[in-house]
Amino acid sequence: MPQPSLSTTDLTIRFGGHVAVNRVSCDFHPGETTVIVGPNGAGKTTYFNLISGQLTASEGTVHKGGLDITRMSPSTRAKHGLGRAFQLTNLFPQLCVLENIRLAVQARAGAGWGLLRTAASLTHLTDAAQGYLEAAHLTDKADIPAAALPHGDQRKLEVALLMAMEPDIYMFDEPTAGMSLDQAPAVLDLIATIKSDPTKTVLLVEHKMDVVRALADRIIVLHNGELLADGAPDEVMSSQIVRDVYLGTATEETA
Amino acid sequence: MKQTFGTLTVKTAMLVIFALLLFAPFLFQDIRALEVAARICIFIVLVASYDLLIGYTGIVSFAHTMFFGFGAYGSAIALKQMGPGWDAVALGTAAGVLVSLVVATAIGLVSLRVKAIFFAMITLAAASVVLVLASQLSQITGGEDGMTYRTPDLFKTATKLLVADDGKVVRWFGVKLNGKLAAYYFVFFTSLVLFLVMLRITVSPLGTVLKAIRENEARAEAIGYRVVAYRTFVFCLSAVVASLAGSIYALWLKYTGPDTALSFAIMIDILLMVVIGGMGTMWGAVIGAVLMVMAQYYLRDLMGAASEAVAGIPLLPELLAPDRWLFWLGIIFILLVYFFPKGIVGTLNTKGVRS
Repeated sequence: MPQPSLSTTDLTIRFGGHVAVNRVSCDFHPGETTVIVGPNGAGKTTYFNLISGQLTASEGTVHKGGLDITRMSPSTRAKHGLGRAFQLTNLFPQLCVLENIRLAVQARAGAGWGLLRTAASLTHLTDAAQGYLEAAHLTDKADIPAAALPHGDQRKLEVALLMAMEPDIYMFDEPTAGMSLDQAPAVLDLIATIKSDPTKTVLLVEHKMDVVRALADRIIVLHNGELLADGAPDEVMSSQIVRDVYLGTATEETA
Repeated sequence: MKQTFGTLTVKTAMLVIFALLLFAPFLFQDIRALEVAARICIFIVLVASYDLLIGYTGIVSFAHTMFFGFGAYGSAIALKQMGPGWDAVALGTAAGVLVSLVVATAIGLVSLRVKAIFFAMITLAAASVVLVLASQLSQITGGEDGMTYRTPDLFKTATKLLVADDGKVVRWFGVKLNGKLAAYYFVFFTSLVLFLVMLRITVSPLGTVLKAIRENEARAEAIGYRVVAYRTFVFCLSAVVASLAGSIYALWLKYTGPDTALSFAIMIDILLMVVIGGMGTMWGAVIGAVLMVMAQYYLRDLMGAASEAVAGIPLLPELLAPDRWLFWLGIIFILLVYFFPKGIVGTLNTKGVRS
């Protein structure tokens, strides 16, 4: 097995007496798409927050490559190639679509401290941003404020924003949440493109079973903050314990 | 931004205000009008620097007059102690900037991580401490009375910039080319340069990051911007500009005291100006400063005239008596905020643009 691109070791966070994520150890590898499943409140998003830095671990470590990133700020982690999209749409609402993407490109180029030039004169950043808009089929909406986009387009922009960061590790938190059936494929296609690059590591929190089946190379199951199962999709889906805690409740919900 | 009726109105207003301020000494040949014009210039800079904080980055601070005061007191103390030389001006201004920079960095690093409301409270506390210090350390600051001092000879009213053959000062369009004129243009051009620098910063890459922080701090951090560093930087930047504005004002007034440079009344004026003009627009600072300063100086006169005009009609002269000018100012503010919820410039900019 090659060196993991991302690994968590005994990762734990407590809020008061409540242990939201409990000693989760897991390795992730380039070229692999791991889907994290589990019932509501299982700690999936919290686990994501610990990896991308919105929360800091009570115990345990997060390593990216050989680098210990456990105590780093989210911006530093982003510079080291960790990119995160959010479950609830989390954009720059009053800024136009192009500007949203341009900001991510600008951050990666390290041009944010520029004072002497105008942002508009940095055309290579704008051009790069246009490229990501095109990939996300948002070119014709470049000048609209993000808040004015329909929900489906906001989800696309969310993914495009992540792509513009060009991370090594992509983290998607329910990328198709709230999208209608005809809109979801556009976002899933974007993720499939990323997934096809063997140097990229993809982590995905997802509820919808068809999405899980379509994208997962591997599934891990979280339950009450603990890692319950880890393995190939067929193997995990067929295990009795997973059926009991997760798939069972999921079928009841959707029924 | 597309060209619309609203943006066109704003642009025209800017050109008119610029022309009026540029030719103010020639257009309005009385001392009070020049006083108003100079105050407008300085408040445009002060309000614009505050807009960088509140409008562009979303930082609420109540310490902006404190930095204004550092600049004003720096220059004033240096001029008082060292005499009216340019070395005193330079040293005083530099000292004001340095103190502002140190205090802003300290406040920024310690407290920009905390929630906005706590940050606002901390700035309020710091500003109160400085206000108390300024009135207590009367040996140095002149206490409540403030201090008067002489400024470099160039700015003396008696100074003749151009002398005619008969030894009298040359007049252009009836205006004496004396030190007062030099002082006004010093105020005008330094303010103009400071404003243009800030305007340029708002369209720089850094300016775009500030807006991103205002819009969504957590996401700005997640895509790789160190939010605390950017906030501290812009807090320092606006503090330095406010301090410079204070130094310029001290040179113009030849008097510095708590009422002209440090009081919370000025802080409230700044807040009102930025809200009335429109936050996050820069041009809003210009409109806000012009309207507020004009109202403060001329509303009383206007009401006096109106009161006399309606003499004989019951009740109306009473309502319009000059002493009630604050009441009317309040009503005007409420109407402005009601009809221009995003400030005058902010609302005009969105007129005709679908959002």
